[in-house]
Order: sequence, then C-alpha cells, then structure tokens
Amino acid sequence: MLEALNDVYTILWVDLRFLRRHWRSTVATSLVNPLLYLVAFGYGLGRGISFGDVGYLEFVIPGIIALSAMSTSFSGAGSKLNVDRLFYKSFDECLMSPVSLYSIVVGKAAIGVVRGLISSFAILAIGVYLSPVLNVTPLFLFSLFVSCCVFALLGVLIGLVINSHADMSTFSNLVMLPMTFLSGTFFSLSALPVAAKAVLYALPLTHSSESLRAAALAQPFPWLSLLALFGFGLVFFVGCMMALKRNSL
Amino acid sequence: MNEFIITEKFTKCYGKVSAVQDLDLTVYAGEIFGFLGPNGAGKTTTIRVMTTLTKPTSGRVQIKGFDVVKDADKVKKLIGVVQQHLSLDRDLTVRENMEFHARLHHIGSSERKRRINELLTYVELNDFADRMVDTLSGGMKKRAAIVCSLIHEPEVLFLDEPTVGLDAQARRRLWDLVRRLNADGTTIFLTTHYIEEAEALCGRVGIMHHGQLIALDTPLELRKKLGAVTVETLVDNKETRYQYFADRAAATRYVQSLPPEAKTIIIRDSNLEDVFVEQTGQKVGDN
Repeated sequence: MLEALNDVYTILWVDLRFLRRHWRSTVATSLVNPLLYLVAFGYGLGRGISFGDVGYLEFVIPGIIALSAMSTSFSGAGSKLNVDRLFYKSFDECLMSPVSLYSIVVGKAAIGVVRGLISSFAILAIGVYLSPVLNVTPLFLFSLFVSCCVFALLGVLIGLVINSHADMSTFSNLVMLPMTFLSGTFFSLSALPVAAKAVLYALPLTHSSESLRAAALAQPFPWLSLLALFGFGLVFFVGCMMALKRNSL
Repeated sequence: MNEFIITEKFTKCYGKVSAVQDLDLTVYAGEIFGFLGPNGAGKTTTIRVMTTLTKPTSGRVQIKGFDVVKDADKVKKLIGVVQQHLSLDRDLTVRENMEFHARLHHIGSSERKRRINELLTYVELNDFADRMVDTLSGGMKKRAAIVCSLIHEPEVLFLDEPTVGLDAQARRRLWDLVRRLNADGTTIFLTTHYIEEAEALCGRVGIMHHGQLIALDTPLELRKKLGAVTVETLVDNKETRYQYFADRAAATRYVQSLPPEAKTIIIRDSNLEDVFVEQTGQKVGDN
C-alpha cells in the first residue's frame, strides 16, 4: 500500500515539476473561461433573474465552479498525458517500470485533481467575495474534490485511448463543450421535459453542478448525484485500466 | 556463455500483418548483439515485446529465464531501454529526468543522488545536468536517455537505433560509451540500420528482413560465408555487379579472367551490407 502511494506520488511528481515551472500561465489559462462565464452570465445576462429566493449570481457561481473543476481537471490530466504518450513517448517509461498500472492511472489523474482544485478554489474565492451567501461547507468541498477526481479520470481515459492530438480537441468540442452549457450549470433543469432531463442526467457535470449548488446554497443535498459521480468515477477508472492493459503487460 | 535473452517461435502480428514471424534467437550475457535490418523489418517490434511494451501474438520471449508476459515485473527490473524516439520528458531537466527514472524504480533518496552524480560523470554531462532536455544537442540527449535507462543498474540495455540523426562525432562518442558499458558488464541489445555501427560494435548480428531472421552470426563469419573479398564490376557503364571470393588471390584471378572491356571498379573486403544485399536483394536503408 505504501509502495503504491509512493508510486502515485512518483507519477504525480513529474507533473508537479511542470506545474511549478509554469504555474502562472497554467492557472491564468484555466481561469479565463470561468471568469468570462461569470461576467457574461452572472453580471450580464443574469442581472435581474432569480430562482425563488436565490439570485442568478448565487445560482450560477456553483455551476461555474463545477465547470471549472471539469475543464481544468480534464485538460490537466488529459492534455499532458496525450503529449507524453503520443509526442514525447515518455509515457512508455512508466509502462516499462515496475510501477503498477493502478498507480499510473491514479498518479496521472492526481495532477488533474490538483489543477482542478487550484482553479476551482480561485473561482470560489471570487464567488464568495461577490456573493457572501454561498456556504463553503465540508460537503461542498467533498463534492468539489469528487468532481475533480471524476473529470481527471475522464481526462486520463481520453488521453489513453485517442490516437492523435486532433482527437483530443475533437472530444473536447463534441462532448465537453456541450456538457458545459447543458448540464444545469447556467440554468435549472427542473422545468425541462422528462426526456431532456434523462439525457442531461446521464452527464457527470449535471450531478457535479447539482451537488455543488445544493451544498453552496444550503438546499437539500442530492445524495443520488454524489453517488452518480462515484459511479462515473468508477466507470472511468475501469476504462483507464482496460485501455492500459490493452497495450501493456 | 549464459543465455540471457531467448525467443522461441516468437511471432507478433498487427491485424493480418506479421511484424515478426517465428523468431528463434538467443542472446548471451555480456555480449553486444546487433539486430540489423531496414525500416519495417521488425526490429523495433522485437524490442517492444522484449521490453514488455507489447505482447507477443504467439511464441515465447524470456529475459534471464523470466517470461516477458507472465513475469513482466521481474523483467522490468532487469532491463534498461533507450527508445528510437527520445522518450525523455522535455519539460524537465536532465537531472529531473534521471530522478524520475530513479523514483520509478524505487531507488531511495540518498542512493538516488549518488547514482545520478555518478552517471552524470560517467557520460560527462555534469555541466548540463540542470539544463532543460530540449536545449541539449542530439548526442547529449541520447547520452541523457542512456543514463536515465541505467539508473536502476539494469543487466541488459536495449538501444533502438541509438545513433539515428547524430553527426559522425556524436555517433563515435556514443559507440565508445556503449563499449564502455559492455566492458563494465552490461549486455547490450542494439538495433540499427547502419552497417558500420553493427560492424564497429557488435560481437554477433542478426539480420531481419520482412519480420524474419535471415542470418545470424559474427560479422566476420557472415562475411566469410558470403566470401571475404568482394569484386565490384561495372557492366555496360550502367549496373554494378558484385562477385564474392574466399580470399584476395581468388578475387585477383577472377579480375584477370575478365574481358578487356570490363571495367573493374574495386576489390575490397566484404561487409555486412554485402551479406544483407545478397540475402535479401535489398539495400539496408531501403524501405
């Protein structure tokens, strides 16, 4: 167990060195989109809109934190892996070492979690400053951590199965971008038809948004959404293991 | 000599294409073995299987008695690999790359530092240890890749086309390093499509062609089997014809028997390229 944790840290260590060297640009680029959404939807479109007692700004901030967790964790884990595997070929060094495949998957996902948490906390700090009614509870932080894990594992999975750098952006444009706008991040899903809901609840970001929003606004917590996030995480982890085992021993 | 690498009826297919077919090969501990062949001959595929990066389709591959599939973890501790494409992390310095490799092989902190410093001295990279990999010359990058692969003191070092893209000086320096490593006890398995590299370094060579081993022996014996001396004759000012003879006397007799209009180009020692061309009808650099 100790050796496995040590191996996870070894895999993470390389990416932490990279992050330490490029932290300014890494953090800055991960904040651009969420901040633009915050300005455009929170202050622009959302001014004057409210959901019952909740103003739109309060409503949308947890959603933006969820999408920040998603995009940064996903790209943080997937993009470097994609480069290491297909361009640098340095990922082969991990596969040829005595480090277990489990540790490789967790280690590669860990950098996504670290980067996801950094950008999410930055947005959270801005969000709490703009809207002091937001509650940063242990449940909120736990939901945020689980969300980062889920999307980092998705990043690792995609980083392992794609065959070119173009595939990464194709996946981002076809899956991640629609998920950004449709998963209850900017609007409530409650008024949608049942069929639309069924589709949108099949997306992990929906559960991430709902969990974070409920925790932040002190609403009844959707435990099923948290459970769904665990389910997504498990599926992505198994997918990563299968992808690794397909090509390595 | 002890058998170190053994393949028995080893075959690797990608779809319907056989990259390597029924390869029977033994590499002995302490030798420099050269795997020679053109691009696409199956050399890199063989190395990828031997280094646990991919599974054989059928047959058996063993390193020091350990099966590369069933005992992959044990095999990984025995091998060091320098891949054809530089597999260093270019976002790290040389020292950081070495540290990463040491960590991957569970080498403790103090031992890690000792080995890194020792190896940097060994390959004369001390002054460049804290430079980013991308700022190094091609030869330095290769030496950096080699020290990374040596950090866990492997018993066999796989070098896949180690001198591709290097200038003559860097190539010779790398050859010296390979010889030094071998003299210090490391078994070397080297693939190359440079004839002179195989002749300069390897005790034995195997020649691969279309996934099959078509010749296996010492460079000297392979040349002897073909004929130690080659006569190149220009025919009709268009085509060069090659004839092989056991010795210079026989070659000279042949040249003297040629009609006066024949233009003899050269009488020279045969080389591995002659062996390869005769075995395959193809030049080594051809695809």
